[in-house]
Amino acid sequence: MSFEFSDAGRREFDRLLTRYPDRMAVVLPALHLAQRELGYVSDEAIVHIAERVGTSPAYVEGVATFYTMYNRKPVGKYHVQICRNISCSLLGAEHLIEHVSKKLGVAPGETTPDGKFTLSKVECLGSCGTAPVMMVNDDYHENLTAGSIDRILDGLK
Amino acid sequence: METVLTTHFADDRYRGLSGYRRTGGYDALKKAFAMTPEAIIDEVKKANLRGRGGAGFPAGVKWGFLPKDLSRPRVLVINADEGEPGTFKDRVIMSRGPHLLIEGIVISCFALRAHACWIYIRGEFVREARILDEAIAEAYGAGLLGKDILGSGFDLDVTVHRGAGAYICGEETSLINSLEGKRGWPRLKPPFPASVGAFGLPTIVNNVETIADVPWIVTHGGERFAALGCEKNGGTRLIGVSGAVNRPGVYELPAGINLKEIIYTYAGGIRDGKALKAVIPGGSSTPVLRANEIDVAYDIESMAKIGTMAGSGGVIVIAEGTCMVRALSVLMNFYAHESCGQCTPCREGTGWLKKIVGRIEAGKGRVGDVELILDLCDNMMGRTICPLSDAAAMPAQSFVWKFREEFDRHIAEQKCPYGNRFL
Repeated sequence: MSFEFSDAGRREFDRLLTRYPDRMAVVLPALHLAQRELGYVSDEAIVHIAERVGTSPAYVEGVATFYTMYNRKPVGKYHVQICRNISCSLLGAEHLIEHVSKKLGVAPGETTPDGKFTLSKVECLGSCGTAPVMMVNDDYHENLTAGSIDRILDGLK
Repeated sequence: METVLTTHFADDRYRGLSGYRRTGGYDALKKAFAMTPEAIIDEVKKANLRGRGGAGFPAGVKWGFLPKDLSRPRVLVINADEGEPGTFKDRVIMSRGPHLLIEGIVISCFALRAHACWIYIRGEFVREARILDEAIAEAYGAGLLGKDILGSGFDLDVTVHRGAGAYICGEETSLINSLEGKRGWPRLKPPFPASVGAFGLPTIVNNVETIADVPWIVTHGGERFAALGCEKNGGTRLIGVSGAVNRPGVYELPAGINLKEIIYTYAGGIRDGKALKAVIPGGSSTPVLRANEIDVAYDIESMAKIGTMAGSGGVIVIAEGTCMVRALSVLMNFYAHESCGQCTPCREGTGWLKKIVGRIEAGKGRVGDVELILDLCDNMMGRTICPLSDAAAMPAQSFVWKFREEFDRHIAEQKCPYGNRFL
């Protein structure tokens, strides 16, 4: 199955090209774009981006796997990422990870069988003053408690 | 107390262009356009503005490193990667005062004679990237970016570039590689970015807070900015306090304020009426302090005198009852995860530290493990391309030096005396 950007994606890609003196610089934004359209970065997306940028798929793969935010396999509809770094840990993040793990019935790194949730532990979301913190897709949720997490997750359709 | 950055942050309207202008926003830019680039750089030098990203290098001096010849275009890159655990101040500037950053960028680029700027923002800050994009669009619409800004004849393009989850990209050469579409591997210096940086061009990389200070400096003059701070570090600093305090958050305070005052007066003291146990004063990589060491000025020199750093301004507060081995274990997991793998002492060293601290915490520590940690740290410090290796070794060393008895107890009792828990 080959990958191509949607019409809007293609326009965005072309706009990106105008923002840098070098085509290669659009690799990261193009990977973000592919992930936005597919939910993850597929092998086909990597081949497509490599062709459009004028480099090898191996190069793009090497870039994509260096960074933690590109999902190289599909994730659930909601990607729940709980910060486990120092400020969040000091305020109980590990209990929250256990709580969510139990609630969803999956270990960190796994996706629920219905494909709705993927749970991940992540390293520092840069919001230490409102710890503990999690990210659900693009949104931050701060000052978490087990109760507030339940409300947030239960509210997701 | 006079504030430079956060004066209007509580007002939601300040985020938009009209609200920003109502507070005198972009007046500094008009003033700057009536000055020469050299005069602006002089004010920044007079301001004693030191980089707010962690290293604390004087901004005006850094700007002076650009080559004199103007035949090659030069560029400004804003470091908005903010990945150091404990540090969360730049996010506040970007979300509450995006135009303050943009105005600082336009003035700085005018002073540097740069016509392109990229804001390299960490990938997780999706919302902040969107806020910046909106503010940039507003600025283009109002003739504050693009061609012939405010009729000055000066052109500037600004682009937000999202990272994708890599702490190392906060290091300036790694950030440049990432901006160019590569893996974020640090580069050997020299050449320094000021001569060969992004896209091979002379490049200045500055932190968000550093550049956001520039409009105030232009408006009020460098001397007044310098007077707000202490002898060798002018102005205010955004200090983020997190961990076991009653009022965590970002506080704008004069550079050089007392650390104890930050924790007890501003951040409201320790949670749940507990006693203070330790403070990591300037982001997770800075050497830890014991509770009795915090009566000290929070400035670069005073912190260096007691063997630590004010770094990126992230004060992490640890209360009594917390297992320091566990706290270190969390940090070592982080550095092992974030090592880019390029240099052997860092790649192997961070992995070993994670493993050894982890096994001590799990009750499987061996006699000699503590010495092994210190020995590893010696072999990591100063032996790599970038400071990530040091950033892992400094907390490891200092935790062992200051809380040795906890490590020994874990090994002797073959269990965590605190029950493997933070809380």
